[in-house]
Amino acid sequence: MAGTEELIDELSDLALFADLARPELAGVAHTLEEEWYADGQRILREGFSGTGFYILLEGEVAVRIEGQERARLRRGAFFGEAAILLGEPPGADVVAAGRVRVVHVAGPALHEFLMRHPNVMFRMLQEQTRRLRSANRWAR
Amino acid sequence: MGEVDARPFPPGDYPLVVVGSGPGGIQVSYSLRRLGVEHALISADDAPGGMFRRFPFFQRLLSWTKPYAPVPRGSRAYERYDWNSLIGEEPSHRAIQPEFMDGTSEFPSRPEMEAQLAEFVRRAALPIRYGCLWEATRRDGDRFVLETSDGEYRCGLVVFAVGVAEPFTPEMPGRELVAHYVDTRDPETYAGRRLFIVGKQNSGFELASGLLHWASRIVLASPRPAKLSVETNSLAGIRARYVQPIEDRFMGGGVYILNASIEGVERAGDVLRVRTRATDGGMDLAIEADEVIAATGFVAPLRDLPALGVATFGPSRLPAQTPYWESASLAGIYFAGTINMGSPGLKKNGVAGTGAVHGTRFNARILAREIAERHFGVVAPRPALAPRDVVGYLLEEATDAPELWNQKGYLARAVLFGADGPYDEGIVPLQAFVDGSGPDGVAIGLEGDSEGVIRPAAYVRRKGAVSEVMLDPDPLNEFRGSSDGRARLTAALEGLLR
Repeated sequence: MAGTEELIDELSDLALFADLARPELAGVAHTLEEEWYADGQRILREGFSGTGFYILLEGEVAVRIEGQERARLRRGAFFGEAAILLGEPPGADVVAAGRVRVVHVAGPALHEFLMRHPNVMFRMLQEQTRRLRSANRWAR
Repeated sequence: MGEVDARPFPPGDYPLVVVGSGPGGIQVSYSLRRLGVEHALISADDAPGGMFRRFPFFQRLLSWTKPYAPVPRGSRAYERYDWNSLIGEEPSHRAIQPEFMDGTSEFPSRPEMEAQLAEFVRRAALPIRYGCLWEATRRDGDRFVLETSDGEYRCGLVVFAVGVAEPFTPEMPGRELVAHYVDTRDPETYAGRRLFIVGKQNSGFELASGLLHWASRIVLASPRPAKLSVETNSLAGIRARYVQPIEDRFMGGGVYILNASIEGVERAGDVLRVRTRATDGGMDLAIEADEVIAATGFVAPLRDLPALGVATFGPSRLPAQTPYWESASLAGIYFAGTINMGSPGLKKNGVAGTGAVHGTRFNARILAREIAERHFGVVAPRPALAPRDVVGYLLEEATDAPELWNQKGYLARAVLFGADGPYDEGIVPLQAFVDGSGPDGVAIGLEGDSEGVIRPAAYVRRKGAVSEVMLDPDPLNEFRGSSDGRARLTAALEGLLR
């Protein structure tokens, strides 16, 4: 459980929001919706339309493709953006591994959210680039 | 000699206790009684109605009841057009709200809503123990003990239908100078006053709308930009009834709407000064006001339940719930009514299940069935369907079912395929169907996208894997004759319709 002030503090610790001053962070905290998941609950569903963008605040999630676990994500990680940016359903399930708390931006609101907060978009791009670099290393 | 207490449900042992006599508590108790599940219904109030005994402050609801709908009043399909009546099994228990409307608006007044709820309780002869305040909770082995103003109730299960009704004002310097929405006085007492309203959701705009005539200036401020329901194409956002202050702002009529956080409120002589910090790159301001009102919402009044193990989340401190509205962290504790927002569903396109009466009354009926089956062995009938009728039945439900229309993307009609052929599983939480296990089946619901287009969505489960089948929209929302829908569903169910 967190009030909005506590949520602002939590967000300020995450790399995604590292460049935001507190007033802007307050705007972000009021825009994001908090959600809570029990162990085993699906957060993203493979092949379902209308998904959202999620940032992990507490706990771990498992990324599963056709039931096989492919990755684990921890606090500060984000997921769901690829499906929204590409306009395609997610290619994986994301499932809570233990109790999980996230904040969420609905798919249709993500474009406006990123345009309103370009520093978040930059940090997201930076992280995506790291992921791409890692993937390229694996491919070699 | 003392007076005999004639109230029902004295303290003692019960299999189940329902707490609360608002719409959620009344509906779940009614539905449990219909299923023969013994329980007590207790309430701190002295009459039915819950929050509708006090709010909304300006007396007119946000939920419509249309006395003249395209379908007969009192039919199941009519429930789609009547967002306020509780749902009954007998004709005299149905569609009560239109009987209590004076014709001045499709939105009933608060007293009309309160009268409808009281009339439902009277016609259904629903026993309620009023004046019984739930004060504390503890465990006793695998049972719960509710400590109340009347004594202790011991039970295996509890349904809390206590609303999201505890006023919440965020921490800020000078908070003691800020009134809450619930403390709003009679409108004429604001004549000529400069108001500063903290919060830009419906309650903030309700106050602004109601006080436009009286206040000399109104400032509304919160960090997040205001969104209108007609922009989000959903119930999320400021409802159309409350947009007048926005128009006044554009016309220069003394209404100001700021995207800013409130840094503090201080007294400056006879007036208050509110310090704001812009969250959109605008100017930081110090604004004088005669009154500061926090329209910053409500939290769930859960008392000691978090200490007992009920996980909560978000600014409203909602209890995290399973798709069947049981605490996600403490088995045996269920929730009904507005507090069901703690089980938001799939949230496709960001649309969660509604916490308003038009949706939660259906949740309550499903919850009663779930409790009856899981805990009391009362199994509801599952009528068999002829394979050739399944597709038509699903499209019929997409066209008319009030549960699907009023809980879009949240409730669905499910048909399962058993060894003896297809049967009607009933109305179920969509999330329970897509994430649960069970026989092969199909569930159909309705979903709205960000453009406001409503279309049926079917989910087909085969060998545990669920796939989504989005059907085409129809300009008149008439899906039963859809050849596309029929063809797509038939193809999606190939091999199952035997």
